[in-house]
Amino acid sequence: MATPETRSPKSLRHSYKRNLKERSIEMLLFLAAFFSVFITFAIIYLLISESFIFFEHVSIWEFLTDTQWTPLFDDAHYGILPLVSGTVVSSLVALVIALPFGTIIAIYLSEFAPFAVREIAKPFLELLGGIPTVVYGYFALLFVTPLLQTLLPELPGFSLLSAGLVMGIMIIPYVSSMTEDAMRSVPMHLREGSYAIGATRFQTAVKVVMPASLSGIAAAYILGISRAVGETMVVAIAAGMQPNLVWNPMEPAATITTYIVQVSLGDLPHGSIGYQTIFAAGLTLLLLTLVFNILGHLLRKRYREIY
Amino acid sequence: MAMNHSDNLNEIRAIIAYHKRWDLLALIAGIVALMIAVLTFIALFGNMIIDGMPRLTWEFFTSFPSRKPEAAGILSAWVGTTLIMLVTAAAAVPLGVAAGVYLEEYAPKNLITEIIEINVTNLAGVPSIIYGLLALGLFVYELGLGQSILSAGLTLALLILPIVIVATREAIRSIPVSIREGAYALGATKWQTVADHVIPYSAPGILTGVIIGLARAIGETAPIITIGALTFIAFLPPSPIQDEFPFVSFEWLMEPFTVMPIQMFNWISRPQEAFQHNAAAAGLVLVVMTLLMNGLAIYLRYRLRKKIKW
Repeated sequence: MATPETRSPKSLRHSYKRNLKERSIEMLLFLAAFFSVFITFAIIYLLISESFIFFEHVSIWEFLTDTQWTPLFDDAHYGILPLVSGTVVSSLVALVIALPFGTIIAIYLSEFAPFAVREIAKPFLELLGGIPTVVYGYFALLFVTPLLQTLLPELPGFSLLSAGLVMGIMIIPYVSSMTEDAMRSVPMHLREGSYAIGATRFQTAVKVVMPASLSGIAAAYILGISRAVGETMVVAIAAGMQPNLVWNPMEPAATITTYIVQVSLGDLPHGSIGYQTIFAAGLTLLLLTLVFNILGHLLRKRYREIY
Repeated sequence: MAMNHSDNLNEIRAIIAYHKRWDLLALIAGIVALMIAVLTFIALFGNMIIDGMPRLTWEFFTSFPSRKPEAAGILSAWVGTTLIMLVTAAAAVPLGVAAGVYLEEYAPKNLITEIIEINVTNLAGVPSIIYGLLALGLFVYELGLGQSILSAGLTLALLILPIVIVATREAIRSIPVSIREGAYALGATKWQTVADHVIPYSAPGILTGVIIGLARAIGETAPIITIGALTFIAFLPPSPIQDEFPFVSFEWLMEPFTVMPIQMFNWISRPQEAFQHNAAAAGLVLVVMTLLMNGLAIYLRYRLRKKIKW
């Protein structure tokens, strides 16, 4: 008959100290994970609270319908439309470049390219995606704009066109990389079935692989769109910074993001109406990207295929 | 009858030829699109090399910015960038790894976990300038950290936190359950298993994610402008390492600063061509820095994929 003491030595006995340590570590890790939720709340709280003060001075109606944005002038107007138009036009130009090119590159890499080409091209595209945006801005202003001016002599030194073009080039790697990942994840037997009934690689890509990976492709497109909408430095450098209600990409204009940059470059006192305008602009931007994210989420759910 | 048969055959051949033409066209389009991407990169790099290379002298790295373009340098910018990256890494790595470990190893399947997961995905899609606004309101004014190196470092830490979390989770997920079961079988607690096995084995993957995150942070301009970085700094913050006791000083944390991308932005926006050559030179340094970091990350991942077989 062994006594409990001899069966379990002291060091192996159930230890409250050890349990406490395990518990507190788990709690710490949880707090770290929950911190990300706190960031989101902080962003929303800050943007809304500062915008709230802003909307006490400016009615929401004026904010949404006035066609001038001149908050720092004596004759102040607070219409967000000029900034939205600049954002929309530059993003559209970027997407007209990024989505088709990104998709074509993805189709090529996923369905056509030999193994060696893909192994080189994928890291290369990733490197392109890692180049700082301010460098792309330099490229837009001092290389692309002069180049475009030889083709279109009436193009001004700052324009939404050249900013949008370079932004598009900048986004290609994101779109192509994510689209390619989505297409590669389509199981091989679907392709084999398609080849077996005599389809070409192109037919297989367009009629079988792309529909099967539609949710992933939609996610890639949405990411591209929200990057274009939120992009700052390329537009700040190459599109000029004056708010301009235009729908013509050949004109200079400001976007929501470049307005925030412009104000931050100056020295606005904390708590002034000018200080609050950048939070109102930021809130508009966040809502815009939120709309696209929700859209992307719905598309992903709607077209998700499970194998 | 025979006539009809060859007609059919011809029709089929025409269809096949038609689709093969499209197939070829798609192939050519793919190669051309890829070539355009490559050419753009060559143009971007070549343009900067032609403009900036003559400015890349030793003095360029050891001089402060100046009103005279030929005397201006990036000393305060690269020192600022280095110090800010220290703060960013010190804040983002522990927080991101801890969050990743929790989500993979500890998190129960419940609503809170799901909220955290969705939230991390969404944070990665928030435009960087929004983080700048958050930092302006929170760090600069609410917490009173001012327009300092500390504020900037923390801002970029928030920005790259989702990248670190996602990389950590992916690295941990690739470790087989048998490793954990082995540890439990020897009587290890959960934390002992995680700290002695899971984290060390996933360290290379985590490191890859951290490097990619820092490479992104180095090039970020907009959020740093938003918190009010100065563009003209002609002094250095006090050195972190001191001659006298206690040998380390944290005074530099609260100093004003400038960083590489902001210095470059400042030079781009000047009308004189000589300053734009300075911008090209600063851009070259910046691009080489990010390419080296991203290249290192890609190489690490490549080695990882080849070497480890569980």
